[in-house]
Amino acid sequence: MITDVVLALAQALVGAAGAPLLAGVLRTLKARLMGRRGPSPWQPYADLRKLLRKEAVVSTTTSWVFRVTPYVLVATMLVAIVVVPVVASRTALPFAGIILLMYLFLLGTFFLALAGLDSGSAFGGMGSSREVAVAALAEPTVILAVFALALRADTTTLGGIVERFAREPLLAANPGHLLAFAAFFIVMLAETGRLPVDNPATHLELTMIHEAMVLEYSGRYLALVEWAAAMKLFVFLTLLANLFFPWGVPDIVEPVPVLLGLLALAGKLAVLTVALAGLETIIAKLRLFRVPELLAGSFALALLSVTAVFLVP
Amino acid sequence: MLRQLHVALRTGIVTEPAPRDADVERLGVRLGDELRRVFGRSLAIRHVDAGSCNACELEIAALTGPHYDLERFGLHIVASPRHADCLLVTGPVTRNMAEALLRTWEATPHPKLVIAVGDCARDGGIFRGSYAIVGGVGDVVPVDAVVPGCPPSPVAILAGILDVIGRLY
Repeated sequence: MITDVVLALAQALVGAAGAPLLAGVLRTLKARLMGRRGPSPWQPYADLRKLLRKEAVVSTTTSWVFRVTPYVLVATMLVAIVVVPVVASRTALPFAGIILLMYLFLLGTFFLALAGLDSGSAFGGMGSSREVAVAALAEPTVILAVFALALRADTTTLGGIVERFAREPLLAANPGHLLAFAAFFIVMLAETGRLPVDNPATHLELTMIHEAMVLEYSGRYLALVEWAAAMKLFVFLTLLANLFFPWGVPDIVEPVPVLLGLLALAGKLAVLTVALAGLETIIAKLRLFRVPELLAGSFALALLSVTAVFLVP
Repeated sequence: MLRQLHVALRTGIVTEPAPRDADVERLGVRLGDELRRVFGRSLAIRHVDAGSCNACELEIAALTGPHYDLERFGLHIVASPRHADCLLVTGPVTRNMAEALLRTWEATPHPKLVIAVGDCARDGGIFRGSYAIVGGVGDVVPVDAVVPGCPPSPVAILAGILDVIGRLY
């Protein structure tokens, strides 16, 4: 019991405190690849500190939904971090599976879409409609890709999958595993609002998805929304790292193995971040009407990976 | 696509060194210590075109490129006045844009700065006295600093912003 509470707090601390650094490193790497010196990796912390000290301007046409949404986003992301195996394959909520995680994400998305509509601004509503369309297309792929792993590991809990694959690495030596990874990687790009689905650095309202919904937020509300977005990126990259490559994830919760698990996670996240920055440098944003094709492609990959469980022993 | 990555890696960083104190004209406007601590490491800029000829816009756009790169100072340009700490206003304020400028200013959360960029934004420039304009930016919203020039160079704009937030030493 005590172990679970400590583990949950440790995971929340690592995720909540480390997520802005992850976003900052990604921004710095992308700037370097563009030939710019770029912001320091610690820049998101300075931004959040500044936003927390600023006044919040809230439109008089908004309702309680607008003010409650940033807290819902942060709360769902903190729970998501506790649910995902971050530093050990055991989590404080051992029964938690991909379905709980997916609906935590969707709860946040739902509220953010409502908040985008709430202020009555034209761009907010446009962003909401796009976000919901992308979420509806990405959701089945996330679940299906993880189901491919769950079928192989004989359990739907995230901790169970990580533990099984960590114990029997040969289970991962299967074409289905790679297909599931590719499918999950593509939906990760869509869910976290990265290129080629959404451009996190855009200033053009017409191309925005996630940004369009948060245009009306300011001060501490904006700080919470940006913090939650960074945590979502952290959760998805951690899932990619630990679920598909569970090497170095300890199955016992003791200080030394957990610290080693943390180091392994940092290494895997570093590799994924460099790959993401490189990818975002060489690809352009997809035209909005072609995004469903990309997501349908990732769904097909996920479906194939589930099929492969039965075809390839 | 891989060729692009190759070019990016081979070119390296082309950002020029930061403008030095001796090279630029000081605006002589300084924020209080409290504001400088808040904005010194992070300043979100919203650009407002109040009726400019777009010469100043070209110079501001150059700031976001690899050569001047304003992001390295923790400055970034944002898409909404609600996200902004600083309004960068260009052009004389035309009658049609006066209301829009005022509303943008009202939509920006406190504490906020207004920097007028270019001679037109200072006092109307070559349009001074025209029936079509209200006047300089200062006639509509309170201005904290003016970067003179027609148009001012990217270095002058960058130095102006850095001077106001106390990053130019």
